Amino acid sequence: MKKDLIDIQDLSREDIDELIAVAEDIIADPDKYAEKCRRKKLATLFYEPSTRTRLSFEAAMYELGGQVIGFSEANSSSAAKGESVADTARTVACFADIIAMRHPKEGAPMVAARSTHIPVINAGDGGHNHPTQTLTDLLTIAREKGRLDDLTIGCCGDLKFGRTVHSLIAAMHRYPGVRFVLISPEELVIPEHVRTDILQANNIEFLETRDLEAVMPELDILYMTRVQRERFFNEADYIRLKDSYILTPDKLTYAKPDLAILHPLPRVNEIAVAIDSDPRACYFRQVLCGKYIRMALILKLLGVK
Amino acid sequence: MIIGSIVNGIVIDHIPAGRGMELYRYLKLDDMECEVALIKNASSDKYGKKDILKVNEVIDLDFDMLGYIAPQITVNIIRNGERVEKVHPKLPETITGVLRCKNPRCITSIEQELQHVFKLTDREHGVYRCIYCDTKAEKQSLV
Ligand SMILES: [Zn+2]
Repeated sequence: MKKDLIDIQDLSREDIDELIAVAEDIIADPDKYAEKCRRKKLATLFYEPSTRTRLSFEAAMYELGGQVIGFSEANSSSAAKGESVADTARTVACFADIIAMRHPKEGAPMVAARSTHIPVINAGDGGHNHPTQTLTDLLTIAREKGRLDDLTIGCCGDLKFGRTVHSLIAAMHRYPGVRFVLISPEELVIPEHVRTDILQANNIEFLETRDLEAVMPELDILYMTRVQRERFFNEADYIRLKDSYILTPDKLTYAKPDLAILHPLPRVNEIAVAIDSDPRACYFRQVLCGKYIRMALILKLLGVK
Repeated sequence: MIIGSIVNGIVIDHIPAGRGMELYRYLKLDDMECEVALIKNASSDKYGKKDILKVNEVIDLDFDMLGYIAPQITVNIIRNGERVEKVHPKLPETITGVLRCKNPRCITSIEQELQHVFKLTDREHGVYRCIYCDTKAEKQSLV
């Protein structure tokens, strides 16, 4: 049966450990992988622009010796003419070996996966899932901390619409000794389904708070997210909330010396530039991890050893 | 019409009071040629009041959907005037093309031809979620 990656929860802990091991091996010896996907094509079907994610996928495929086709926004694609996601996916499956799809509507990559015989990777579906970002985060944490268990993970910012946080919680709750500190304004707390179906259902320790500084000393990981303008219906709410949770050097005074600060990028101003030179800032190393874990994922889904 | 008078047929019992008509429409009993009876507000020892549907023919039933409507529903199959089977419908693993996803951000909101599919994510509480966007199904009328 063909494999897809739609939701991070499609992957078992063993799958994730295996992907991380392959990514580590690629980092150690990239030449070994330079021809693994020769004559294979990745289709990047991006119905909304996300240059960073698309380039990461494309760079990953090129580094595996493969090729890339696709589109980078909906109005240059057949979607602009009203073609269904299923029909586009079926068509593309005639040309490509694997699809990475980004779409503003939730579930679109699932529709593609159910319509084709080739693997489909969800490269972000609205505010819903973004599993390759989560794999990126996991590889980053594994490399920075040397482990994925026994960690206190702080998630800060827009926890309501911040899908990267939902997926991170969904993936990390399976590791023993992981607890979450959820830092957000009242208006942007995690959705009920994450709280009940993941955290409470699995008896995971978590704390919800408004105060970043107060919890800073406890954190092993600080996962910052952007408060996105497009998720708000009303400009006044956005202006009022966007600056509430900005990480500045003074807020790090009582942080652990080996704290790892992650951010899915791009940032606006939620992390002060002054922090970039702090060794605890991992977000640019995180981008590089994104390419390597996508290489490992493409190999896995294509069944290339 | 009493049960004894059904020779070959089914009796759907313990329907929550007030939902018998919805079930009647969902099962398209209107199209049936045989005798059909809807009994409203029958007294029930367990639930106070209940609705009952009697169909004087053994029809193919989507038992699972009955379980979604209410877990207490029972289906009695009558053959040669005797009850030969009593079924307690289970909640179906998936429900296709019946419930509608109400999430305006869901792909189903822009693709009219796409079937709405829900999966059971919590059997104990009977929670169904859209397979595309994970939105919880609200209790909604089936017809
Ligand atoms: Zn939906």
